[in-house]
Amino acid sequence: MGDKHISSQFDQELNSISAKVMEMGGLVESQLRHAIYALNELSTDVAEQVVQREQQVNALEVEIDHDVSSTIGRRQPTARDLRMLLAMSKITANLERAGDEVARIARMVKLIIESGAARSLPSSELRVASDLASALLRRSLDAFARLDTDVARAIIKADDEIDREYDGFLRKLITYIMEDSRAISPSLNLLFLAKAIERVGDHAKNIAESTIYVAEGADVRHLSASALESATK
Amino acid sequence: MSASPSVTPNAIEVRNLNFFYGKFQGLKSVSMDIPEKKVTAFIGPSGCGKSTLLRTLNRMYSLYPGQRAEGEINFYGQNILDPRQDLNLLRARIGMVFQKPTPFPMTIYDNVAFGVKLYENLSKGDMDDRVEWALTKAALWTEVKDKLHQSGLGLSGGQQQRLCIARSVAVKPSVLLLDEPTSALDPISTAKVEELVHELKTDYTIAIVTHNMQQAARCSDFTAYMYLGELMEIGKTEDVFFKPKRTETEDYITGRFG
Repeated sequence: MGDKHISSQFDQELNSISAKVMEMGGLVESQLRHAIYALNELSTDVAEQVVQREQQVNALEVEIDHDVSSTIGRRQPTARDLRMLLAMSKITANLERAGDEVARIARMVKLIIESGAARSLPSSELRVASDLASALLRRSLDAFARLDTDVARAIIKADDEIDREYDGFLRKLITYIMEDSRAISPSLNLLFLAKAIERVGDHAKNIAESTIYVAEGADVRHLSASALESATK
Repeated sequence: MSASPSVTPNAIEVRNLNFFYGKFQGLKSVSMDIPEKKVTAFIGPSGCGKSTLLRTLNRMYSLYPGQRAEGEINFYGQNILDPRQDLNLLRARIGMVFQKPTPFPMTIYDNVAFGVKLYENLSKGDMDDRVEWALTKAALWTEVKDKLHQSGLGLSGGQQQRLCIARSVAVKPSVLLLDEPTSALDPISTAKVEELVHELKTDYTIAIVTHNMQQAARCSDFTAYMYLGELMEIGKTEDVFFKPKRTETEDYITGRFG
């Protein structure tokens, strides 16, 4: 929010909610980095910490939703204030789901380690996808904080890369399973993990779409790439 | 600035309207359309010209010396600023309701019948029907039907305002001008008047001036934002309140103005 409302209390409320959304975003980002670390280093301890901290993400969602509905009820916001509040509510929902996916990654890491087959699984093939997802989530939150719609548009396109990585990984994993049928169970856990990484990218994309919605008032969900380019700026 | 907010036919087309209070220019080259059987709301800070604009639409300003309008206001093709315009006829077709309820010191029945008598010669039975019809239109009939011959001044503020609306409606105008019709009313009466506005638009073109932006958002189809005598923006209400075209409009409706 660049300029000020006549009611400074209203500004404070909006700023406070915005700060909580960024705090929640930072927490989910940090959770994702730890989950990826746990996968790369096969650390049960770090994976367990991620699972434990998910409660903090959920608590922030409840708190932000309460603040958003209270501000809408008392202030009857319009125009960009209304779009901002609706977007913060949606972004919060996406962050919470991304948080669930991250916790799923951590749980799968634990199961894979417990299975004893961790070292033989092709989990290193997920590094590109997990780095991409982590970068997308970070950039989507940066773009939202600065209402940078160019970066937001770039994120929406970049999500396709994660989807391609996921498809490629799936083929490799199928080949791996065919070679060693004893590893089916841990392989399935790795598949769920890969899917969770791919979903984090989807949530980052949704956050980018909300950013465009706030800044331009344009709903760019479900648009083709060319329609996204031509959507009103 | 000119704008055509819709494809529905226009009841009123304002073109290059300038208005002067003596030397002070209250309206600056305003051009806009008021679509038929829709509610058009005028919002803007005090002194922005919204009430002035409303008062030009039925030449109410002609009552005051030193006030004059230039330009055109076409009411179904007829320029009402034309000096030959019959003002009584005009005001029968373009009725007005003011900020404070202004019932006449007479019975409820006579308040409604008063205007009708000026324009039409109805039999007692027809007049009874007309009074009932107008009070029903104004959503007041059930509350007053047993006390039609008591004074209109005995009604509550909200009822008085609906009585004034009934009085305007009774002469069967095609346009109703509402100048802050609920600013002196409590929330329940306000809600009733807003509900009434919604019902009346099936038959009438309505222009409403309001200081209450949420009221404009709730009950209008089109919203015009005025500032310092100029029309800054007019558009569909949902667009104006969700994604206004001009930052001046956005600053005003989001409470950043000032």
